[in-house]
Amino acid sequence: MLLQVKNLQCGYGALEVVHGVSLHVCTGEIVGLLGANGAGKSSLLKAMVGLLTPWHGRIWINSRLSGWAPAWRSVSNSVVLVPEGRQIFSDMTVRENLIMGGYHNPDRKSDIDIILDRFPKLRERIGQVAGTLSGGEQQMLALGRALMARPKLLLLDEPSMGLAPLMVEEVFAEILKLRDAGVTILLVEQNATATLQIADRAYVMETGRIILEGEAADLLQNPEVKRAYLGKSYKEVWE
Amino acid sequence: MGSEILILQYLLSGITKGSIYAMVAIGFNLIFSATGVLNFAQGEFVMLGGMIAVTLSFYFPLPVAVAGAVVIVACIGCLLELLFFRPLRHHSILHMIIITIGLSIVIQEAALHIWDEKVRSLPYFTGNEISSVKIYGAAISPQVLWVLGTITVSVILLHIFLRYTLQGRAMRACSSNPEAAMLAGINISNMRTLAFGLSAALGALGGCVISPITMTQYEAGAPLAIKGFAAAILGGLGNPMAAVAGGLLIGIIEAFSVSKLPAAYNDVSAFAILLLVLFIRPHGLFGSPSGQGVREF
Ligand SMILES: Nc1ncnc2c1ncn2[C@@H]1O[C@H](COP(=O)(O)OP(=O)(O)O)[C@@H](O)[C@H]1O
Ligand SMILES: [Mg+2]
Repeated sequence: MLLQVKNLQCGYGALEVVHGVSLHVCTGEIVGLLGANGAGKSSLLKAMVGLLTPWHGRIWINSRLSGWAPAWRSVSNSVVLVPEGRQIFSDMTVRENLIMGGYHNPDRKSDIDIILDRFPKLRERIGQVAGTLSGGEQQMLALGRALMARPKLLLLDEPSMGLAPLMVEEVFAEILKLRDAGVTILLVEQNATATLQIADRAYVMETGRIILEGEAADLLQNPEVKRAYLGKSYKEVWE
Repeated sequence: MGSEILILQYLLSGITKGSIYAMVAIGFNLIFSATGVLNFAQGEFVMLGGMIAVTLSFYFPLPVAVAGAVVIVACIGCLLELLFFRPLRHHSILHMIIITIGLSIVIQEAALHIWDEKVRSLPYFTGNEISSVKIYGAAISPQVLWVLGTITVSVILLHIFLRYTLQGRAMRACSSNPEAAMLAGINISNMRTLAFGLSAALGALGGCVISPITMTQYEAGAPLAIKGFAAAILGGLGNPMAAVAGGLLIGIIEAFSVSKLPAAYNDVSAFAILLLVLFIRPHGLFGSPSGQGVREF
């Protein structure tokens, strides 16, 4: 098991927003984490990489109990978070963004080429200031930057947020390719249909708790999931 | 003919003073972009640089004394960050600024104890008080060339560091997006310490080269902090070249106002121009209106 989380609680100030969540991700899987806005998905991911200090509970990465280390250490555990809203270094060039992603990677020079082969659009824009890229290109850059650290586990926080339907498809196709390249993925999304179509398993989160979990194919048929998360609009987007 | 030479003379003296303001302004920028703090103890680095170099010059040759002073002040800068700013990070920016003012007073008092009130200065790096170089008929001290050369080289080196080295880029990444920088594995606390150290080193170096011209005293830092701050704001916070331009501009305005106005108006004219510019361009001469620009550099 690559990642195991047991009874994790965390929050901001005195406000607890994740109330004891347990989940696991096995090597080679794509695991979806669904839920409405404010369910606590992002907070959970932040706690996994140390951006947020967990109040209670345990996290194992590669079967090793992870102490509460600062966020900049998570990269050395081969866990990399692509945060919500992409968070690229908008006043630095595309190349510099990629270099920063490989800050701890001694082979960063040659890895940049591999990333640029994967995202040819980034190659065209290599010297451009990242803030001037389109939303889709920025998402690819955020993915590329994360890959520069050679992660074993990639935590993706709403990679399709704010993208045009065509771009959304491209991002999901890219995620599938990454899995085939051997990266394990925990995918947080509001786009439930698309997520359940590419995921192996998924969890559904509501107000800080996991309320459903199972095989993605089963959840796709689950009446409760259908009613709450597979609204018509999502279907239209995907089909 | 004579008036042209006079103008050139004023211009050069303005540029010399302005170079030091520029050095302080760059330090302001470095610390501000890395930590969000406006460090009003910045001028003390200049004073400490000069004072320590003078003391060291009694025991060592001049280049060693200057290098030693720069290294010692850089360490002091790092130490300040470690002792005060790192533990207090979660306080408001206003608190942090007040802390820097407090630190500046403490450093002055300490300097008064160590070096008393006497005005000191380093020897001229080459030549002496009366040697001069003629440029288009204007006589300037070779030390002025030292000041200009040192500042030009420092600005270029700093630029190369920030643009083309891994750690320099990491420092920019920290100011561009601290959270994302952390996620990339950059230890942003250490980057902040480095920013303080670099900024202190730059200030100290400025303090050493200017010392033969302006002399150094325990109180010399505070006015420099104010002028340097004005230069940084005038140029637009967030851009080193803008800080240099802001510094030179304030130096030149000052030099010319001395020639036209009573000495008492010396500081007033520079600040009047600063206020005027801010009134017309709130983001400084070269700053961009988006908040983004503030975090550049
Ligand atoms: N920085 C923050 N400070 C205080 N509360 C926050 C912060 N970020 C998120 N929250 C709150 O935590 C809850 C969960 O937010 P989040 O983890 O972002 O949910 P999701 O990613 O599922 O939309 C929300 O109620 C939100 O208002
Ligand atoms: Mg979220």
